[in-house]
Amino acid sequence: MNTATLDAAATRPRKPLGVWGFWGRLFVVPYLLVFLIFVLFPVGYGLWLARSPESYGKLFEDPIFFRTAINTVIFLVIAINLKMMIALYLSGFFLHTRWWIKILAVLFILPWAVPSIPTILSVRFMLNPEWGVINSVYFRLTGLDGPNWLNDPTLALSLSMLMHIWKSLPFWTLILLAGRMAIPAEQYEAASVDGASNWQKFRYITWPAMSGLYLTSTLLSTIWTLGDFNSVYLLTGGGPADLTHVLATLGIRYLRLDQIELAMASIVVSLPLVLPIVYFMMKRLSK
Amino acid sequence: MTLKWRDVTTEAKLLLVGIPVLLWTIIPVYHMFLFAISPRDQATSGRLWPKEPTLQNFNHVFEQKHFYLNHFWLQLGNSLWIAVAVGVLTLFIATTAAFAISRLKVKGGRTVMNLALFTYFIPAAFLAVPMYKTMATYGLLNNRWSLVLAMVTIASPYCIWVLKQASDKLPWELDEAARIDGATPLQLFRLVYLPLMVPSLVAVGTYSLLLAWNEYLYGFLLLSNEKHLTLAVALGNFLAADDSPWELLMATGFIYALPPAAIYYAFKRYMVSGLTAGAVKS
Repeated sequence: MNTATLDAAATRPRKPLGVWGFWGRLFVVPYLLVFLIFVLFPVGYGLWLARSPESYGKLFEDPIFFRTAINTVIFLVIAINLKMMIALYLSGFFLHTRWWIKILAVLFILPWAVPSIPTILSVRFMLNPEWGVINSVYFRLTGLDGPNWLNDPTLALSLSMLMHIWKSLPFWTLILLAGRMAIPAEQYEAASVDGASNWQKFRYITWPAMSGLYLTSTLLSTIWTLGDFNSVYLLTGGGPADLTHVLATLGIRYLRLDQIELAMASIVVSLPLVLPIVYFMMKRLSK
Repeated sequence: MTLKWRDVTTEAKLLLVGIPVLLWTIIPVYHMFLFAISPRDQATSGRLWPKEPTLQNFNHVFEQKHFYLNHFWLQLGNSLWIAVAVGVLTLFIATTAAFAISRLKVKGGRTVMNLALFTYFIPAAFLAVPMYKTMATYGLLNNRWSLVLAMVTIASPYCIWVLKQASDKLPWELDEAARIDGATPLQLFRLVYLPLMVPSLVAVGTYSLLLAWNEYLYGFLLLSNEKHLTLAVALGNFLAADDSPWELLMATGFIYALPPAAIYYAFKRYMVSGLTAGAVKS
């Protein structure tokens, strides 16, 4: 607390809520209502539904849950790191000033700018084993039948990850591009004069300036990826045989099967991973 | 001579990155477009451009000439209505909250900001489960308002945060001058604050509008009556059968994707600066 606020507090100790204080409170009421009715109540209700230890016993006995937990970890570790590294690389690429890179940058945003349902379904059709365009081309080139892409759990999960990367790569590239543009150009010029290589410039100028942003972005992306329902559900539907579920789709699957306790339990067991990230991010962003 | 050779390799290296990036980005979107303009029996021919491109699929969609499309116009209207309602409500809630926290320095404002940030960091698919139960408790299931309110809940935290960041940058002297001139809080809000915040308000309004228009999961859970569905959920329903008319689905999807893409590109300047300003800071 700085001295100005202390003074202000001291000069009006007992004053009944002034007109400014009154309007201040009135103006936060709409959001507080939304928070109480649609965040606090649902979260509390959900935790209450997940209170019984039996639900967890049932959850851990469900082979689908075990598979889902592994899928989720694989999805998070591979998809997020791959995405962020490509985004970091491409943010450097888009710094180059060329007329065609400018045009490409505009097109590059498309996956982020268009809704995910039609584009994911479009990819799903491309992957159709009988008449999808990928296997048609494959057949024409080799005379062989292509793989049944979405019928193989490993392939299907990998394709979901690629779908996720396709959708969110433009956003993170933009964020990291903004980070790169905030680095003063003189630093690079000075390094060039000293004869630094591209790698040295990245290692000693770019990375030290960007590592904080990169970490924040990775953590935020972790939370959003955990909540990514579309990339998996619309491409594979969790199949074949419920082998490609991630936590986001498993909770909804239990919900649709009217097993709300299991749905909430599956979310609660992920909290040890989620809450530290939430806490860290809140500290970063509330500054 | 050597210098020129280096230029050529640099350009070649850039193209070596640029061409894959272009193909990767464009193929799913182009494939959708190709489907939408191909006659039914030619959609899967694997050609780069159909032999006889046609607008017939769009015609079928507009005239609702398929079982899946019986309520196309109604569902388009629902999507629009819900997106606008979410945009307006979120804008109202987020602007008032940000003004109270940042300019009126309301007591407990920091706590409110933290509550909002906490909400922002709950993965969307996780909140969906208890949200569904809650809407059932409130008797709002299958009512368009359930989707509107759920989307306002999801959109407003980020909007409050962006608006607070932007309004913290306004000079404090403006408020002091207004107070000395005897302005009421409402006058300060309407005559000083809102006009100065227009760029951020555009960014935030567009963000919440697009978020609601694009949403699939919450619509899929909260709405079930065909006549209440949004276009996003109706598109997902095409997947129910194997003999779905894919070319009509892609035509509908194309129509559905066009407005958000147009809005995004129209307001890109606001969106990108609004989004990235906060990110770079942290």
